[in-house]
Amino acid sequence: MAKLIRNRRVEDDVYTIVTLSEGDAPETVSLPAGPALVPLAIWKSRHDELPEGSGVWLAGDEDPADIADNLTALPVIGVNFPKFADGRGYSIATLLRSRYGYTGELRAIGDVLRDQFNYLSRCGFDALQPAEGRYSEAQLEAAIASFDDFAEPYQASVAVSNPLFRRAQRAA
Amino acid sequence: MYQYDEYDQRLVDERVAQFRDQTRRYLAGELSEDEYRPLRLQNGLYIQRHAPMLRVAVPYGLLSSAQLRKLAHIARTYDRGYGHFTTRQNIQFNWPALKNVPEILAELATVEMHAIQTSGNCIRNITSDPFAGVAGDESIDPRPWAEVLRQWSTFHPEFAFLPRKFKIAVNGAEHDRAVIQAHDIGLDLVRNETGETGFRVLVGGGLGRTPIIGEEIATFVPWRHILTYCEAILRVYNRFGRRDNMYKARIKILVKSMGPAAFAEQVEAEWAHLKDGPSTLTEAEVARVAAHFVDPNYEDLPAEDVGYKALLRENKAFAAWAKRNVRAHKRPGYAIVTLSTKHKDVAPGDATAEQMDHVADWADRYSFGELRVTHEQNLVLADVKQSDLFSLWAEARDAGLASPNIGLLTDIIACPGGDFCNLANAKSIPIANAIQARFDDLDYLHDIGDIEINISGCMNACGHHHVGHIGVLGVDKNGAEWYQVSLGGRQGNDTALGKVIGPSFSAEDMPDVVERIIETYIDERFEDERFIDTVSRLGIAPFKARVYAEREPQRKVANG
Repeated sequence: MAKLIRNRRVEDDVYTIVTLSEGDAPETVSLPAGPALVPLAIWKSRHDELPEGSGVWLAGDEDPADIADNLTALPVIGVNFPKFADGRGYSIATLLRSRYGYTGELRAIGDVLRDQFNYLSRCGFDALQPAEGRYSEAQLEAAIASFDDFAEPYQASVAVSNPLFRRAQRAA
Repeated sequence: MYQYDEYDQRLVDERVAQFRDQTRRYLAGELSEDEYRPLRLQNGLYIQRHAPMLRVAVPYGLLSSAQLRKLAHIARTYDRGYGHFTTRQNIQFNWPALKNVPEILAELATVEMHAIQTSGNCIRNITSDPFAGVAGDESIDPRPWAEVLRQWSTFHPEFAFLPRKFKIAVNGAEHDRAVIQAHDIGLDLVRNETGETGFRVLVGGGLGRTPIIGEEIATFVPWRHILTYCEAILRVYNRFGRRDNMYKARIKILVKSMGPAAFAEQVEAEWAHLKDGPSTLTEAEVARVAAHFVDPNYEDLPAEDVGYKALLRENKAFAAWAKRNVRAHKRPGYAIVTLSTKHKDVAPGDATAEQMDHVADWADRYSFGELRVTHEQNLVLADVKQSDLFSLWAEARDAGLASPNIGLLTDIIACPGGDFCNLANAKSIPIANAIQARFDDLDYLHDIGDIEINISGCMNACGHHHVGHIGVLGVDKNGAEWYQVSLGGRQGNDTALGKVIGPSFSAEDMPDVVERIIETYIDERFEDERFIDTVSRLGIAPFKARVYAEREPQRKVANG
């Protein structure tokens, strides 16, 4: 079973992440029996058919505004990192949390590395799912330390709503 | 200058620990080459032609004497005894061993220094006016604002993986010495009609493969809102900037394709959600940071020091140096001194460990313990008493840092080029040195007057060749190194991009080419007309005609 880090703990994941291969049509592709994370196109056209507890995942070029009216119906939203150096997902997460008020699970999927955990969590991700096989379970456990690479960041973010100059009395 | 408190210090210490672990995992095979690359780049670490290259941040070009001594120590201990000051006001070391880099960062952290975000696709070192705080034409000191922006941009979690690198410059003077029109964001400090401080905001400028002058998208953003406004710009760029082609990924391409007005609308729409939020600056924070940049304890001095004036009359060499390398200071009796790294035997911007130690000593003795790095790759002692200028000059001359050539033809800006850089198509340093050697007559140099030659070894334009009065770009043609020459570029308030004069030249022809261009200027100039003004008045045609028509038969010219 796939592993992920949720709220800083390594857990088993019950979700199937559905992707559309070339030639797959969102309308006809077969869906898993259990809870799934599906691409926006499938979620839009077939959300009534989705198994209980399913969620959607967004690609970097998709607009979180498209799902802003349906957030309460989504227990989990994934944001895909096609490459770990593609930073669009950080802005998508920030918008989902701060602009649209999403409070469910926000999961980074795709090319997710421990060296991004600190930034990802500050932008509002509470679940981080590195590609299957990228880390052993022991490495995932060790990676949890990366959340705390920086204790007192300068700037405001989803996780730290005030910048340092509002959080602390800094001596001149 | 800015002094770290416990929060600043903790962040750089945590970075050292983080990078030490990342390097350990890389060397142990737990991080792949592709995974480690962006991490090391965000720590200023390149893998270069001969060895790693480490670029150390010098925020807005300000250094203390203690920091410079530490850089000298690093040059001596971990490198080959010298460092290279860059057009980003940073310093690079060309030969550190990868395994030593965590230790170098730990040493830097002991003097409030680091290599954070000196490379990579993130917000880079904020640059500014090297004469900030001391220039007579300054209306608002840019240093506190550059520091506020430095803190905001350091480890910003949303903007660490942008489509491309991102450069911000701040100017607060009448004359722009920060080249704000050639930056991703250029900030010009201004006051509105009620006297409130704010920023005129330019966006989408930059050199490189597609040089573009920045466009104004806001005439006045009140100071409280500058962080949220920049955040809005960055978010629009992060979401919509191109990622399919690294050559079209800079914000200038996005601004150009959308049009500046449409881009500004997007920013405004984004800003509407951020404005007045927690990142809105407070008076207390700005006052706290600004308190680090108050004037030093200047003495009350007469406007002109009698002894200095007498020495200028008596000593021709000293007078020549003072004429070019000494500038008026806002305080009576003080002067701004530029120490030249430009000399025909060294790479522009290079300084040895011994020279760095000397400069640190002079900073302590003559300039309140501080100095600055300029984007022209020179060093500045900003607060020197006129009465100390002669002794400083004598010592600088012994140390090889008193070339009397600031703003003259031999004060060449050059990137490290093919001698050091993996990206380069051609060498830069030997071209600079050959031109410097050709123009070694000081009287002639002073007669030619103000002129800027900028040399880049490739179109990434680290030598800012587009904005040089004479720009030289190294190009590769069928495996051979050639040099394309442009005229009419300029930096500052009227930033302009130079025009290419024609087919490229071989390396050995470059001194001749520059000489022909200068001869044309000498023949055509009006009295007291600067080179760039002659070029503006006449266009490139007469220069082009002379350079190509008068070439000796054996001169090699490449087509295209």
